[in-house]
Amino acid sequence: MRSAPDDFDPDRLIRPAGDRAWLVLPSHRGEVTKLVAALRIGTPSGVEDVLPAAETVLVTLVSPAYAESVRRAIEKILRGMQQPAADQDSDIVSRGTLPDNDSPDDPVVVPVRYDGADLAEVARLLGISQAQVVAEHTGTVWRCAFVGFAPGFGYLESPDARLTVPRRSQARTTIPAGAVALAGGYSAVYPRSTPGGWHLIGTTDLRMWDVDRDPPALIRAGGFVRFVDEGSSG
Amino acid sequence: MIVIEQVGPLATVQDLGRPGWFGSGVGPAGAADRSSFRLANRLVGNPEEYAGLEVLLGGLVLRADTHVTVAVTGAPAPAVVDATPVGHASVLELEAGQVLRLGLATVGLRSYLAVRGGIAVPPVLGSRSRDTLSGIGPVPLGPGDTLPIGPAPNTIPVIDFAPVADPPADIVTIRAVLGPRDDWFTDPTALFEGAWVMSTDTDRVGARLDRREGPPLERTVERELPTEGMALGSIQVPPSGQPVVFLADHPITGGYPVVAVVLDADVDAVAQARPGQPVRFRPVRADLSSANPAGRA
Repeated sequence: MRSAPDDFDPDRLIRPAGDRAWLVLPSHRGEVTKLVAALRIGTPSGVEDVLPAAETVLVTLVSPAYAESVRRAIEKILRGMQQPAADQDSDIVSRGTLPDNDSPDDPVVVPVRYDGADLAEVARLLGISQAQVVAEHTGTVWRCAFVGFAPGFGYLESPDARLTVPRRSQARTTIPAGAVALAGGYSAVYPRSTPGGWHLIGTTDLRMWDVDRDPPALIRAGGFVRFVDEGSSG
Repeated sequence: MIVIEQVGPLATVQDLGRPGWFGSGVGPAGAADRSSFRLANRLVGNPEEYAGLEVLLGGLVLRADTHVTVAVTGAPAPAVVDATPVGHASVLELEAGQVLRLGLATVGLRSYLAVRGGIAVPPVLGSRSRDTLSGIGPVPLGPGDTLPIGPAPNTIPVIDFAPVADPPADIVTIRAVLGPRDDWFTDPTALFEGAWVMSTDTDRVGARLDRREGPPLERTVERELPTEGMALGSIQVPPSGQPVVFLADHPITGGYPVVAVVLDADVDAVAQARPGQPVRFRPVRADLSSANPAGRA
């Protein structure tokens, strides 16, 4: 068994996902962001893609030949994150290696008509008024924790987990592109028409996903998003 | 140009996929059986990443409208040019007007057809592969479709055929590495006991397995797993206990625990396993499968 002076256990934190990927389990959610930033600045050779999720980061390799070297690089980054925060300021993170909207001061702005079919239900679930739901939704800067489900479908989280509602008991067979929705503590904008079980609170005309655009996804992992009420702004 | 006259259950344009788009929510896609796909390209003298066709269970009929050099690999669908049977995994010259027919393979699931010069449809996000889950890339082929062929590469075919083994007709043995969520199961090694059988529910997204003999995979941790990234070849276990092996078009994230992941080199064999075919898993350690034989300290 590995004996370490602290409780840092790389074998628990860095787990094989086969022989061509590592699943990294940082100690807390904030470290997911730091690890992804570090991997994007100084990407170890052999890394094909980095996928942050709610609490983990999947690091996919070009080939199994890089498994050991990348594992050592990840371990080094994680050990660095154990150090006191003084020289670990996030300013060292190079801008440009993350999405353009990787600062809460410069979020993607999404104009929304709060006309969703589930707005009243969301208000009821939370015990607040519909106007308060809109105020809460527009009154925070959301951050894209990860993307999944469909291309450009970003899972947006708020710092205070506001507007946490469960998924609908029954999924809809069709949700139109541009639907603004809530479920499981996340908000999202449906990038295209799909089935889905989230609560719909509004609609945006922004195209969230367009393969002919660079970048195709308006919201990417690590990016910040702010919703504005189109109704109240005129 | 080639003209598609008939297709079987599914035929798509594929290449080696579009890696690097996880941040936008897009998976790699690409040929489900990459080694067969690469071989088809090598046979016709193409770089391995040129786009070709992935043909599920045969049934493809195509006509050349100019001289083309093609090769068919993977599942050995009997191939006939006009009325003449031609060899599997061999270099075939089609003259203008000649028709190539692929019959039904008796082993394997997916055949690959490479054309010298590659299929030159427009790439989407850097790849010509069809992602059946995201709906990205060229739509699946239908009768009457015409496919442009790119300019011939500088390299020329150097061999006439490749003596490769067919996919196995009986039990398929797949190597897998435990984890990353093997600690969510009472006995994750139950995966390696007995045999599973490929269900009819198998496509480019994933292959669902039924228990044939052996203990069930039981979870110890019942709480919900926060969404996390899933590697190609992940063996995900939903509450039914019926595992799914994720293939080329799998979703990039999921919320059920992954008990083990198929070795990269064995993913191709899963993609060739037919419904009803028995599958056995064999455990390997990740570090023993890598190019570093010493393993880690």
